[in-house]
Amino acid sequence: MAVPFIEVTLPSDTTEARRFQDTIEQQMIARKVGDRDIFNVRLALEEALVNAIKHGNQFDPNKRVFVKYRFLGDIPGIFEIEIMDQGPGFDPSDVPDPTAVENLERPCGRGLMLMRHYMTEVEYRGSGNEVVMSKVFHKPS
Amino acid sequence: MSSPARRRRLEVENIGDVTVVNFVDKKILDEQNIQIIGDELTSLVDVQGSKKILLNFSNVEYLSSAALGKLITLNKKLQQVAGKLILCHINDSIIEVFEITKLDKFFKIKKDETEGLNSF
Repeated sequence: MAVPFIEVTLPSDTTEARRFQDTIEQQMIARKVGDRDIFNVRLALEEALVNAIKHGNQFDPNKRVFVKYRFLGDIPGIFEIEIMDQGPGFDPSDVPDPTAVENLERPCGRGLMLMRHYMTEVEYRGSGNEVVMSKVFHKPS
Repeated sequence: MSSPARRRRLEVENIGDVTVVNFVDKKILDEQNIQIIGDELTSLVDVQGSKKILLNFSNVEYLSSAALGKLITLNKKLQQVAGKLILCHINDSIIEVFEITKLDKFFKIKKDETEGLNSF
């Protein structure tokens, strides 16, 4: 049987987003996910949720962030998450490479880069207002 | 009573002519906290006149890209006054954040406070 997604609606408030991250962290701990994978997922979630709240919803209290997530497979398994904001979206290919020397001092683009590094897969959908990410957890050694 | 958000986010100590800064927070993530940290770091240069700043990350477990932006701003500010910024005691997970974003080449990073102090 397919594992259903758990749906959560968050306000455009980073404190609430962090509370949600705490919930996910607790579930990862319960699934015996390693510390390094927990750090990686937590940081990717932080970046994705801040992007949705700040750049997508522009902190608009009338807008929401819609989240769907699930854990799959044998422990520690796989984590999948979809995060959709109510902003106009963006084209990820327009984000300048933050590691290029001319961009090194610019503040943007690093969040996206960290998400791509830390998660197994990161894909933007729709107008760019929806990000789908997954993480295959390392088995404990 | 001041609200928690207005609490100081940095512990500052002067060792010789070096301003040594420790972060109060284990997680440097929250937008509001990052703004306060950025303001406090800026005031070290603008108000206190610090030119040599050593940031000690021994207490820090998480750091987001928004915080990296503040470090870049501080570095730029110090360069404008012919100052120097050194980072130290960064744990392996956070060092990786610097490496991924290639900021490990941009900042001067030292193993611990002693090595940092000796590098000015």
